Amino acid sequence: MEQNIDKDYLVLKDITKIFSDDRGNEVTAVDNISLTIKKGNFVTLLGPSGCGKTTTLRMVAGFEIQTSGDITLADKLINNVAPFDRNMPMVFQSYALFPHLTIFENIAYGLKIRKLSKEVIKNDVAMVSQMVNLVGLENRYPGELSGGQQQRVALARALVLKPEIILFDEPLSNLDAKLRIQTRTEIKRVQQMMGITALYVTHDQSEALSMSDQIIIMNRGEIAQVGSPEEIYNHPNSSFVADFIGNANFIDAKVSEINSKSITVTAQGKSLVVEKTDEEFIEGEEVSLAIKPEAVDISLEPTGFTGNLDVSSFLGSITEYKIEFENSFITAVHSNTTGHPMKNFKMGEQVHVDFQKDFFHIYKK
Amino acid sequence: MANNKIKRRLNKGSFHQLTSDPALFIGVILILASLVLFIVYPLYAAAKLSFSQDGLFSLSQYQYIFTHSYYRKSIMNSVMLGAIVATLATFVGFIFAFAIAKGGIKGQKFFQPMAILPIISPPFMFALSVILLFGRNGLITAKLLHLDTSGVYGLKGLVIVQVITMYPIAYMTLVGILQGIDPDLETCAMNLGAKRLKTFFTVTLPLALPGIFASWLLVFVGSLTDFGNPIIIGGEFDVLSVRAYLEFTGMGNLPRGAALAMLLLIPTVGVFFIQKYIIKNKAYVTITGKSSRRGSSSVTGVAKKWLFVFALGVSLFVLMFYVTIISGSFIKLWGVNWAPTFKHFVYAFDVGLTTLKNTLFLAIISTPITAVLGMVIAFIVVRKSFAGKQILDFLSMLSYAIPGTAVGIGYILAFNGAPFKLSGTAFILIAVYVFRNVPIGVQGGIAALKQISGDIEESSTNLGASTAYTFRKITLPLVRPAFFAGATFAFVRSMTAISAIIFLVSARWNHLTVLILAQTEIMRLGAASVLSFALIVVVMAFIFIIMKLTGLKQSQIFGTTK
Repeated sequence: MEQNIDKDYLVLKDITKIFSDDRGNEVTAVDNISLTIKKGNFVTLLGPSGCGKTTTLRMVAGFEIQTSGDITLADKLINNVAPFDRNMPMVFQSYALFPHLTIFENIAYGLKIRKLSKEVIKNDVAMVSQMVNLVGLENRYPGELSGGQQQRVALARALVLKPEIILFDEPLSNLDAKLRIQTRTEIKRVQQMMGITALYVTHDQSEALSMSDQIIIMNRGEIAQVGSPEEIYNHPNSSFVADFIGNANFIDAKVSEINSKSITVTAQGKSLVVEKTDEEFIEGEEVSLAIKPEAVDISLEPTGFTGNLDVSSFLGSITEYKIEFENSFITAVHSNTTGHPMKNFKMGEQVHVDFQKDFFHIYKK
Repeated sequence: MANNKIKRRLNKGSFHQLTSDPALFIGVILILASLVLFIVYPLYAAAKLSFSQDGLFSLSQYQYIFTHSYYRKSIMNSVMLGAIVATLATFVGFIFAFAIAKGGIKGQKFFQPMAILPIISPPFMFALSVILLFGRNGLITAKLLHLDTSGVYGLKGLVIVQVITMYPIAYMTLVGILQGIDPDLETCAMNLGAKRLKTFFTVTLPLALPGIFASWLLVFVGSLTDFGNPIIIGGEFDVLSVRAYLEFTGMGNLPRGAALAMLLLIPTVGVFFIQKYIIKNKAYVTITGKSSRRGSSSVTGVAKKWLFVFALGVSLFVLMFYVTIISGSFIKLWGVNWAPTFKHFVYAFDVGLTTLKNTLFLAIISTPITAVLGMVIAFIVVRKSFAGKQILDFLSMLSYAIPGTAVGIGYILAFNGAPFKLSGTAFILIAVYVFRNVPIGVQGGIAALKQISGDIEESSTNLGASTAYTFRKITLPLVRPAFFAGATFAFVRSMTAISAIIFLVSARWNHLTVLILAQTEIMRLGAASVLSFALIVVVMAFIFIIMKLTGLKQSQIFGTTK
């Protein structure tokens, strides 16, 4: 097993998918992407709606045939393998439970197709039901279950096949917030326990960050960035990623000086030093600075930039402040832990804003 | 997201890759060919005859019709009757539907079947009842009120029987729409300060308007194409459908009969297009978030009482007709000698047993054919994509829009000689049943298939099931209620058909309804009652057996509740 872990398991090479609508207009949903998924990894396709992530997943499952490019699974080309022969169970956003079958029959469905004996089916279903906490519901119908339970049936129906890879299409988006967090831990736990490779589609960044070994961010049919959750969060390679994953604030600045390691920019007459990236800038260039909300400090002492406090929202463990700044708004988030007591600012009060170093990125405009 | 939807839809097409599926290709060709042969070709034959004189194209038939007050009168009569009946039946159907869907009246188990009972009755059972009750020797007119009147023949009597026969059409159209109006909307209107009556007029009624319009049109067409009631109770009040029949069979003026039937086609096809292309797009979709689906009662206690009284009144009125028919079967000579007797049974079964058997036999043969064909067409229309799909969809629904009279005339003309000599055979009757009733199956099938999200079938495929396995284990069981609903309607309509088949029956293959009509015309009302009673029993028994065998409820079969 150990040697297998680092092996390329699922490989998409130069995949393009073009749809044409009724009028014959062509829409490129996925534009020449290549990606590699290692065995046992939890990989997330993350992006806003319409970015091509679901289309990509459906091509892997075989529900769409790519316009060009190759998909290989464990070194075997699967372009022409029918969807029912791919053995990649998928958990649907709508769960797609069979309404006329009991929970037991739903879970056993794939096993029956594989013509396993009644004994084996019974045992396997019982085992999986236990694993996802569905014991006692086997004789009910999907319509009689709560959303969370239905979701677990969908998961069980996939798991019972003991697949090497499971596909998830936004499986948690129909659950309420608390259940979503609970279920994502559950999915992660089962995935690790069974050593299954997972390809997971979501538009929810916190889901992606908390579950993934690797995140693939997609935008307009292309891959924007690939990396571990930490890499993506701390080193977004574009303003799109910075905005999408970190809800970054963007402020306008101008490059004033370029050194070998850092770049100095000016914003509102004040100088800031930014780490140099791969991108080339020239002196005097107008740029954007992306600053994460948690890297924005607010105080009443006149230290950095000035702005006016618009709204502060106490959210329990954190407080979110919205500050009017340079004719637009920026967001600051502060942790309300002991030692960092919540600051009481009045609405409309003039406050001073400073940015913690290391947390901002410079992008071309 | 809208973009996404387009994509999804297209994907399905590309996934199934249908055009390369030879079985599908052959199936579509066969279905299209049979639709053309049994729907388009007879219509063409009738149209051709009506537009020709001495083998040349001519408008002379139509010219004759429109220049003779005699014919113009029957056109006017038909339209007037249709408008009156459509208005009254929609009113009755709406109140009934409102009482059940929104009024929350007591006794729903009784009222729900009562609301649709007339549609499973023989076509002129109510006309026969009305004669027994209000005719010259009527129980109420002659016996109780001592009137010597034949006033029930004509417009008045026709309005009564058609409203009773057709309010279920309005009810079935409206009850679903009223149930679909989210109670939260009404609650919200009240919460914003509207009183209940105000809420009704500003929220409920406007949202139901497209349905009211649709129901009016459906009843209007139903009245226009009705043949059974006017021929029995129309009297001097001449309507188009009866005129076409008499012209065609009675006077042997085939071109004029065909032309009159063609005139009936104009409103029915018009309404068909309005239904298919205008109302469908105009229907309100109430977009809400998660609905509480908990209505605060949208009617007051007093209103509820009145709704109850209304529903009860209509129900009792309908039941009275049934009781009349049943008692008519046992009474020696209605209006003259009220002694109980079985002699009508003896006579009726003597003249009618073979016909009853044949009618039942043909209905039982055609029912499964209709139901399967309807489901196959629905499946192809919803799940497959290929060039010409719209034509298949259109043709399969078109026969719904052709009045029975035009179908009957068309079949006679089309299948009377080579190359398709079918007249006088059982086959021509089966063809009429199948192709006249298939639209109901198609419609039900389409609705059912559309409710099954593509995800469910994909999920089965994804778990390893082949297309055939998915169809058998997932799709079929889910469309089962729609399938049996289609089968039930096909059976009921085959048993109670008259307007088309009256042209097509033969000595060998007669139909029970035609026999009842003949008995009524020679004033053997006792025998007619017995045969109607027998027909009702057969239809009810069939519905009962279907419900028992399939475990489906009445509401599932008749699609009155969601």
